[in-house]
Amino acid sequence: MSAWIAAAGQALLIALLAPIVTGVTRAVRARLEGRAGGRIAQPWRDIRKLLRKPPTSPEGAGVFFSAAPVVLMSTSLLIAATVPFVSTAGIAGSADLIVVVGLLLLGTVALALAGLDTGTAFGGMGSSREMTIAALVEPTLLLAVFALSTRVGTTNLGVIVAAGASDPAAVFTPASLLAFAALAIATLAETARIPVDNPSTHLELTMVHEAMILEYSGRDLALVEWASAMRLAILLGLLANLFAPWGVATGTTWTAVVIAAAVLTVKMCGLATLLAAAEVYAAKLRLFRVPELLAGSFAMALLAVLTSYILA
Amino acid sequence: MNTLSIALGTSLATALLACLAGLVMPVKWRTRLAGVLLGLSGAAGVLVGALAVTGMVWRAELPTLLPLAGVSLAADPLSGWFLVIIGAVTAAAGVYAIGYAGRTSHGPGSRTAMAVVPLFTAAMLLVPLAASVTTFLLFWELMAVTSLILVMTEHRHHKAVRPAAIWYAAMTQAGFVTVLIGLSWLAAATGTQAFDGIREAAVSIRPFAAGTIFLLCLLGFASKAGAVPLHPWLPRAHAEAPSHVSALMSAAMVKLGVYGVLRLGFDLLGGGLRWWWLAVAALGALSAVYGIVQAVVATDLKRLLAFSTSENIGLILLGVGFAGMLARSGQPAIGAVAMAAALLHTANHAGFKTLLFFGAGSVQRATGTRDLDKLGGLSHRMRVTTALVAAGALAAAALPPGNGFISEWLLLQALLHQTPNAGTMLAIAAPIGVAVVALTAGVGVAAFVKMVGTGFLARPRSDAAAQAAESPPSMLTAMTGAAAVCAVLAVVPAVTAPALARVINSLQISQTPLSEGLLDLRLSGISSHIAPLWIAVGIIAATTAAAVLARVLGKARRRAIAWDCGDGPLTARMEHTATSYAEPLQRVFDNILEPVADVDVTHSVESQYVIASIQYRQQIPDRIENRIYRPLVAAVQKLGAAAKRLAPGVMHRYLAYMLTALIVVLVAGAIR
Repeated sequence: MSAWIAAAGQALLIALLAPIVTGVTRAVRARLEGRAGGRIAQPWRDIRKLLRKPPTSPEGAGVFFSAAPVVLMSTSLLIAATVPFVSTAGIAGSADLIVVVGLLLLGTVALALAGLDTGTAFGGMGSSREMTIAALVEPTLLLAVFALSTRVGTTNLGVIVAAGASDPAAVFTPASLLAFAALAIATLAETARIPVDNPSTHLELTMVHEAMILEYSGRDLALVEWASAMRLAILLGLLANLFAPWGVATGTTWTAVVIAAAVLTVKMCGLATLLAAAEVYAAKLRLFRVPELLAGSFAMALLAVLTSYILA
Repeated sequence: MNTLSIALGTSLATALLACLAGLVMPVKWRTRLAGVLLGLSGAAGVLVGALAVTGMVWRAELPTLLPLAGVSLAADPLSGWFLVIIGAVTAAAGVYAIGYAGRTSHGPGSRTAMAVVPLFTAAMLLVPLAASVTTFLLFWELMAVTSLILVMTEHRHHKAVRPAAIWYAAMTQAGFVTVLIGLSWLAAATGTQAFDGIREAAVSIRPFAAGTIFLLCLLGFASKAGAVPLHPWLPRAHAEAPSHVSALMSAAMVKLGVYGVLRLGFDLLGGGLRWWWLAVAALGALSAVYGIVQAVVATDLKRLLAFSTSENIGLILLGVGFAGMLARSGQPAIGAVAMAAALLHTANHAGFKTLLFFGAGSVQRATGTRDLDKLGGLSHRMRVTTALVAAGALAAAALPPGNGFISEWLLLQALLHQTPNAGTMLAIAAPIGVAVVALTAGVGVAAFVKMVGTGFLARPRSDAAAQAAESPPSMLTAMTGAAAVCAVLAVVPAVTAPALARVINSLQISQTPLSEGLLDLRLSGISSHIAPLWIAVGIIAATTAAAVLARVLGKARRRAIAWDCGDGPLTARMEHTATSYAEPLQRVFDNILEPVADVDVTHSVESQYVIASIQYRQQIPDRIENRIYRPLVAAVQKLGAAAKRLAPGVMHRYLAYMLTALIVVLVAGAIR
């Protein structure tokens, strides 16, 4: 029973933390650009406000449109509950990396179908671009998984993170560094950040993610924004725990879990700050240059696998 | 007489009755009776397969049935696995045909078509049971000929059917010839044509001869399986055949190519050498990548599905190839996992591809078109079909909680867990294998999102699509059945574990790939595990909970017009079509696809600075076909034209040919 509570608690923690992480990126970005910017908790207030408003469906849109936000949210919650963010023990550390990649993709697919279901030019365009990027990110993710799992001989995330936590020196191998770089680029693409996509744009020519969700409003929009924030938090948390697995609890004692949760918060906010700082200094790539970037990350992931073999 | 022979007898007898019903019944009752009988025949076929998989020993010698060689049949777990697949697809196709063929006397409901389908399925059921070279070749050829007749069913209605049939006939016969040469050589080298005898004598064959035999047969089997570059018949024949026949061909017949490779390589030749399996894996990798890249840009619904068949066959062959390599590199446990992935994927692919081809047939029946650019909006008028096709697409895209995900997960586990120090070949092949599987999975998702999104969602882009009506109950029943099988394979794949263990044991890899435990898919020798049931339950429970919470706590949904930039109303012409949807990916794979685009600009009569209209045409030809097959066909035609001079119509010349031939034969005989 306590395993279920731990998993639910972890999902709740990520759900609560995610808008804050997004708030941190926005605040850091605003400061670096010389703006005052909103408060760190502003995304939370937006979500709360939107949740109270009724959702609207465009005429002609069907069940795919209204189901997508819920599916996106449920996949995010499921990943948040089963990935070892806080503890590697029990259900909270039982996820398989390939399943996580599959669930992330399932959420993307739900939104892409919803974009098409609206029957608008924007929805189709965003959906088409999003699937192009997703199709090219998937190989990178799986290859990076390969590189990370050869180290410990399993794709079980709990085992991978626990192995890193017990022997941090083993994390710093050339293979790991290459895999980190590949995963970092994949994270940018997967969460619609610069240079792949611009989260704050509303310009037709550059929109990808925003074009797809243009028709959402009220509660639906709140769910989409919240789930997207959770995906960012999940991927940042994964990066943190895979490549800097300090402080992750290996048991379920209260003190260890509380410390681990605090450490996770710090790590995520740190990564979010780095992400925001990097975004300020980078420009968005033209859509048809994005595949080159993703091919680069794919090559790095392949190199990571090969080095993990040669230096094994 | 044991249970298996009774079941087999029932299956063949009902197939014969179905054939008779198709021939003699009046139009009013023809499809109903023939369809029901075909379904029963398939169900009995499943029973035969299930009995064979549980290890029931059965063999039959019918020396008088065929002159000279006779017919010999035998069942083992390997044949049982494929019999279950063929029987299940046949049963679904029988039910589906009732509604699909309808009460018409032409096309799929015609006398020929209804009578030949049972013969085709019976021939398919007999191929895995064949226990001698002649028996195997006989049923193999019977299967090819009957399927060819079925491909031609609608040759009066569509122009594209005849070229498709010619391609299919040529490729399948060429494949048959290579298999014939290979198996004859094998029989000659071992001195017997019974599979039992070959199995015992196979060790004595020289490696060179064994390798050549394997490659020859691999060519034939791969062309039947639709592996790239032997695929050009597949997108044509699958697209032009009636949809229940497409399903039978794509879900069952092409799998027999895989069966051939397994039977010959692992069973008869006893496992072979590592390079054989490297060749199989390379063929699989090429098929997987090329198939899915072509599928993602295809705008014809059935062509998309056909190329996806090439892709899935590629993944299966990749698994088979790695299983062979791993078994030959001292890692039989991991090899068994790869083989389990390949075998499970044959079943999974049969499940979802049956469903998807049935769905495509429903769309074609309702709208009269397969062009995704002209479809759209079907989700409002064909709700059940849309839901079922979406479920099939989920499985085909290898997303959790679909059944395709399970077999791809197994395949990835096998590739990830081979020991790094097992030699250079595997150390290089395994990462490339993972990259191939990953790329295929990613692009596959895009292909199936495109199929569902542009084909079924949004607004209808043609009148035909706007007028579509839901399919009759028999078709929906067949599709629901296929979807149910997919669902079982998706949530409790471990039910197949005992059967898989027996099949893999009969392939001379004595390892159990999946350990016991119904809910948790655990592998022996690998610590990774997943619980497919919990993943499915988790997704469904979380989604339902979120939806219910939102509905109860939040305000009611409202309808509004979509954002039209204030310049509305939006029309269907503003939507993304299938072509425009795949355009970014097409650009990415430009070098592989080499699309041919053509822009015609018509200027206004008054001024050449004013443009009256622009026409844009784009074609994505099959590049392998153009580069390899066109020159080949041209060369054969040239040879034929040149050979005409040898036959000028002079009787003396012909007599001289005969005399020369006789002398050559006599001399050859004398020298030997």
